[in-house]
Amino acid sequence: MIKKFDKKDEESGSGSNPFQHLEKSAVLQEARIFNETPINPRRCLHILTKIIYLLNQGEHFGTTEATEAFFAMTRLFQSNDQTLRRMCYLTIKEMANISEDVIIVTSSLTKDMTGKEDVYRGPAIRALCRITDTTMLQAIERYMKQAIVDKVPSVSSSALVSSLHMVKMSYDVVKRWVNEAQEAASSDNIMVQYHALGLLYHLRKNDRLAVTKMLNKFTKSGLKSPFAYCMLIRIASKLLDETEAGHDSPLFDFIESCLRNKNEMVVYEAASAIVHMPNCTARELAPAVSVLQLFCSSPKAALRYAAVRTLNKVAMKHPSAVTACNLDLENLITDSNRSIATLAITTLLKTGSESSVDRLMKQISSFVSEISDEFKVVVVQAISALCQKYPRKHSVMMNFLSNMLRDDGGFDYKRAIVDCIISIIEENPESKETGLAHLCEFIEDCEHTVLATKILHLLGKEGPRTPQPSKYIRFIFNRVVLESEAVRAAAVSALAKFGAQNDDLCFAFLDDEVRDRATFYMNVLQQKQKALNAAYIFNGLSVSIPGLEKSLHQYTLDPSEKPFDMKSVPLATTPITEQKTEIAPVATSKLPEKLAPSRQDIYQEQLAAVPEFQGLGPLFKSSEPVQLTEAETEYVVRCIKHTFARHMVFQFDCTNTLNDQLLQKLTASPTVSPVPATL
Amino acid sequence: MKMKETEPSLYTVKAVFILDNDGNRLLSKYYDPEFYPSMKEQKNFEKNVFNKTHKADNEIAFLEGMTIVYKTSIDLFFYVVGSAQENELMLMSVLNCLFESLSQILKKNVERRCLLDNMEGVFLVVDEIIDGGVILESDPQQVLQKVNYRVRGESVIPNYQSCHFIY
Repeated sequence: MIKKFDKKDEESGSGSNPFQHLEKSAVLQEARIFNETPINPRRCLHILTKIIYLLNQGEHFGTTEATEAFFAMTRLFQSNDQTLRRMCYLTIKEMANISEDVIIVTSSLTKDMTGKEDVYRGPAIRALCRITDTTMLQAIERYMKQAIVDKVPSVSSSALVSSLHMVKMSYDVVKRWVNEAQEAASSDNIMVQYHALGLLYHLRKNDRLAVTKMLNKFTKSGLKSPFAYCMLIRIASKLLDETEAGHDSPLFDFIESCLRNKNEMVVYEAASAIVHMPNCTARELAPAVSVLQLFCSSPKAALRYAAVRTLNKVAMKHPSAVTACNLDLENLITDSNRSIATLAITTLLKTGSESSVDRLMKQISSFVSEISDEFKVVVVQAISALCQKYPRKHSVMMNFLSNMLRDDGGFDYKRAIVDCIISIIEENPESKETGLAHLCEFIEDCEHTVLATKILHLLGKEGPRTPQPSKYIRFIFNRVVLESEAVRAAAVSALAKFGAQNDDLCFAFLDDEVRDRATFYMNVLQQKQKALNAAYIFNGLSVSIPGLEKSLHQYTLDPSEKPFDMKSVPLATTPITEQKTEIAPVATSKLPEKLAPSRQDIYQEQLAAVPEFQGLGPLFKSSEPVQLTEAETEYVVRCIKHTFARHMVFQFDCTNTLNDQLLQKLTASPTVSPVPATL
Repeated sequence: MKMKETEPSLYTVKAVFILDNDGNRLLSKYYDPEFYPSMKEQKNFEKNVFNKTHKADNEIAFLEGMTIVYKTSIDLFFYVVGSAQENELMLMSVLNCLFESLSQILKKNVERRCLLDNMEGVFLVVDEIIDGGVILESDPQQVLQKVNYRVRGESVIPNYQSCHFIY
């Protein structure tokens, strides 16, 4: 097995992961050597490492195989190798939930926890408490109590922290160890103090009096542990808040005194606590703010970040308190950590003057694409507050917001921007048109249904009241046609609002022709008569269009009482395909296909152009061309007979077939042969 | 201003993880059962955090509602995760302890191959610093004493190139 592992690894080269090709079944097979004696610590250690690595990577172990491996591992307690033993404790903890009967190691662990090897005791306690249930806990109670007050710090810490974990499971049992925990709190070790305090608080937190007493004791006795101090500050803050004690209470004094602690972590905790207290006066805030101001110039990014984040919070309610820090905040605008820069700018936006707004906005826009979505939302919120404060700056803000709206971003981010724009529109009538325009642009390409419907609703509400409502109808109409169901519904509702407000607006956005047809069809349909539908919608016009045009033109020239008679218009004939029409088609795809102008129509046009024929009336029929000459002659002539109401016009088309001759001054002289009169 | 909503508690660390420079997980522990309990969510979170942090070595970031402090060394990335209201310096103290302890164990060779060759030491160090989300130890010297780990003078697997140390 091990050789196989070797080979694979040699093949993959030196940059590879020795755990990369691990197979669970192979590793578990290897684990069988745990049963061999004598135990080879190094090999066993490596196998345990592989098991834990696999578990950490998310490899699933079935209950049977986990239990088998667990049981095999217990054999390793026979070895005295320290690292191996420690890894056994770790394995017990990692497999506690997936193996059965894990309590078989209880006696081994109990032995280790009370044994002579100090280096085993702490970890053994922690492993034991991981597998203990309530019944078992009572059995080991006395060992736990002894461990809590043990002089070896790691033992005490392990016992305290483990007790804390078990509070959820066995509060009543652990509560009995409160005296031991109290004793442990007076330890010199900074971690033991912290753990003891933590356990005591968790045990007493429902008893406010007990907590107060404890706090008084510890704040006076001068703990060393910075972690413990942080915990005390938090407990004190909570008490202050719950009891609504005034800020002249000793609790407040304690927190305030922590601003002068040697440890930065404690100082920051205190400043943060003060800043978050409700009803803080400017005077009370001042020392906290000055401490944060100092942190702004720290070389540690985490400290700068913590400081500027907290100042940002102060600026929300007390912008004047932060003004003193403006210079330091300005320095942070160019911080390489973009989160810090963003927070600095948004804080300055809250505390700075109106004149600085443009400059700061420009600064932010240069890196807004680099910051995370969470910070983009922070920026949007700052802009929102700014718009309320400096309404005159709304155009700068609106510009910025619309740019952000066009960029990539998640739903929360886009929603924050939309909300901000909407609130600007609502507060500031001057910004309404710009704001609505930006929102219209946004819904053209918006993937979030919730936002689209919200905007459509707003457009429906605000649009009709604007000077030119028709501007917005186009955008809404497109949504009716193109979007998902919810959006279409919202769009239709919005349109209805426009219609309700202005009667003639309903179709105002449509081109004239489209509007006319829409009105016409609507009227036809409203009659609900099948015959009408057939006549006007399905069958369409059966007359030739140019003919109709001509007839109408005649009619207007010759006013008469009679209404225009469609029957006087010649019917459309089949169009010739080889003749090109001079009339350019005007229709878009929406119009029904225009009947291609027929040959007759062309003749009609041509004849109408001749002044002598204008009095003849409409053309009734034209005949097919008749060839009068043979095709090979120098020139070919064909004749077309045009029949009018009372006249006949003979059209002779003369075409020259020779390239080098030009025919001029042609005359036609027809002879009329006597024809028997027929009717 | 609203009171900070955190209940005073020793449970300050939500997660800790070590990634390689492809963003693959080498070690990770999640301590809060409500914070990304499934493997899928965890791997997803690690991917997002990696993507946002591996280019800019900025020490601290705020992602998915969590404060994340981090440190890189050669081809490794170390992360400690806490809630948004957590004291950032406290999280830094955990990160620094972790890094310093590993640095000592790996004899300053804080890079991927050496880390993987001494994985049991790494597991034990993490176990000594954070227990179930509670900061157990913040002093690297104490951690080393408790772990008492000796880097192997020869590799476990024969014929296997690993980092050699003479001691």
